[in-house]
Amino acid sequence: MNWNFIIFSLVKIAIAIGVVQGIVMYSVLAERKISAWIQDRVGPNRTAPPFVKYIPVVGPFLTRLGVFQPLADGLKFLVKEDFTPGGVKKIYFWIAPALAVIPAMLTIAVIPFGSNIGAQKMVIADLNVGILYTFGIVSMGVYGIVLAGYAANSKYPMFGGIRSSAQMISYEISMGMSVIPVLLIVGNLNLSQIISWQSTHGWMVAYAPISFIIFMVASFAETNRTPFDLPEAETELVGGYHTEYGSMKFALFFLAEYSNMVSSSAMMVTLFFGGWTLPFWGLDHAATSFGMGIAQIFVFLAKMLFFMVVFIWVRWMFPRFRYDQLMDLGWRRFLPLALVNILITAVWLWLRS
Amino acid sequence: MAITVNRKKLTFWEKLYLPAIVGGLKVTLKHAYNTLFLGKVVTMEYPEQKWTLPTGYRGAPYLVKDQDNSTKCVSCQLCEFVCPPKAIRITPPGEHGQKADRTNAEKMPAEFEINMLRCIFCGFCQEVCPEEAIFLQKDYSLTGLSRSEMIYNKEKLLSLGGEVGGIQKWKLKLDEAKAQENFPVKL
Ligand code: SF4
Ligand code: SF4
Repeated sequence: MNWNFIIFSLVKIAIAIGVVQGIVMYSVLAERKISAWIQDRVGPNRTAPPFVKYIPVVGPFLTRLGVFQPLADGLKFLVKEDFTPGGVKKIYFWIAPALAVIPAMLTIAVIPFGSNIGAQKMVIADLNVGILYTFGIVSMGVYGIVLAGYAANSKYPMFGGIRSSAQMISYEISMGMSVIPVLLIVGNLNLSQIISWQSTHGWMVAYAPISFIIFMVASFAETNRTPFDLPEAETELVGGYHTEYGSMKFALFFLAEYSNMVSSSAMMVTLFFGGWTLPFWGLDHAATSFGMGIAQIFVFLAKMLFFMVVFIWVRWMFPRFRYDQLMDLGWRRFLPLALVNILITAVWLWLRS
Repeated sequence: MAITVNRKKLTFWEKLYLPAIVGGLKVTLKHAYNTLFLGKVVTMEYPEQKWTLPTGYRGAPYLVKDQDNSTKCVSCQLCEFVCPPKAIRITPPGEHGQKADRTNAEKMPAEFEINMLRCIFCGFCQEVCPEEAIFLQKDYSLTGLSRSEMIYNKEKLLSLGGEVGGIQKWKLKLDEAKAQENFPVKL
């Protein structure tokens, strides 16, 4: 433990959180814009601070793109009255949003978002048990939602909370099972090692496609996104677990959902799509120069944003699953599939060795 | 009696969901492409773009003037009486009040107010008016910063209303009568 390490870690944490928050903010905009495009609409195109209209060409263009919309949204959430309804269980009501958002942020810590810049590894905590850590943290996210549903002291949030706990627990199992083949193939739990294995052997998705599909579907369920957004099914549960929430506390749930999307996308990229590597332009090995390090961070971000878009895209094209279908899919399809997948991989590795 | 509807058995391929998912992604992608690059947007961006209103559209009722630029309304107060939400308030000129500013009319209203906040654009006033002095026109977005601002007085109504010359109703009646004359035109 030395000062160098502490300072660099703090800088990395600050930057990572800043970038994630930025991505979260603008993925809300992306969500609205993409949904608009898919539904033949225009989407947010009016909001702009007053000085923008004096900038020629660029100003109106940015306004039409809705670039300032997230700022306005954020401001709105901040200045709204922070209202606590009468019948709620106050302590839990206040803790729940934080419990939802903190695990969502913590997962970022082990994701290697670049190889290295200079002597610094581009990962906040290069844990040997990176994957286990992620699963541990992710499964904590459910507490925020369950607690929110319970604390609201009203039936629809309660339903939302219960659904969410059942759903998350079921899918966590398939999710955990689905990465085991990856670990078998690489033989290491460290995410950086998994990436460096992929840089020599090619992307993991080619070796474990079934794992990838299960992981992807399970991460849709884990992040409570359509088609598995049963905890917040607007049409059935008013607003789901956050019905009773408003202003910044509601915004925190929003933040948690999108941060979860960010970290799931990051995990998918890390585990199956080679993380910060690209098989060409010499980006397939750890960076030797500063520019290369930066380039690899952008490669990672680009891959991650692609999956964010997929998340959003799927949301606007898929109807919601019925609850029993959801459980059926989780327990009777994906769990056996994941087990068979582990078995096949193990046998294949054994035959090869 | 309960009726059992036999559901179609799904094939394995259909049960996989995957073909349906790919199909869905294709459809949504096509729509996104069309809106983004071909500009096939259904949204009408309202304040900049406006509807073309059909004839017979019932917007805000305004008083109209005749071809000599004089008030057509004779302050008969039929419209005030018929108005369902009581949006119209007419102050008649009284016995010694101002005379009408046109010939063959006895009087005209001293004040004529329509409260546009109350008005429901029903068109009864237009229907009932014997002088064809009030018409529902094509204004639909009336705005104001106060309630009093939304009560339109005679001056404002007249200036907004424009001119509808002559009285068409006798012509219409004549046409109707003529039509009745040779009623069974085609046998
Ligand atoms: S349109 Fe209907 S509601 Fe409006 S002033 Fe005429 S009669 Fe009254
Ligand atoms: S607008 Fe027509 S109905 Fe109303 S008072 Fe005047 S003449 Fe009579």
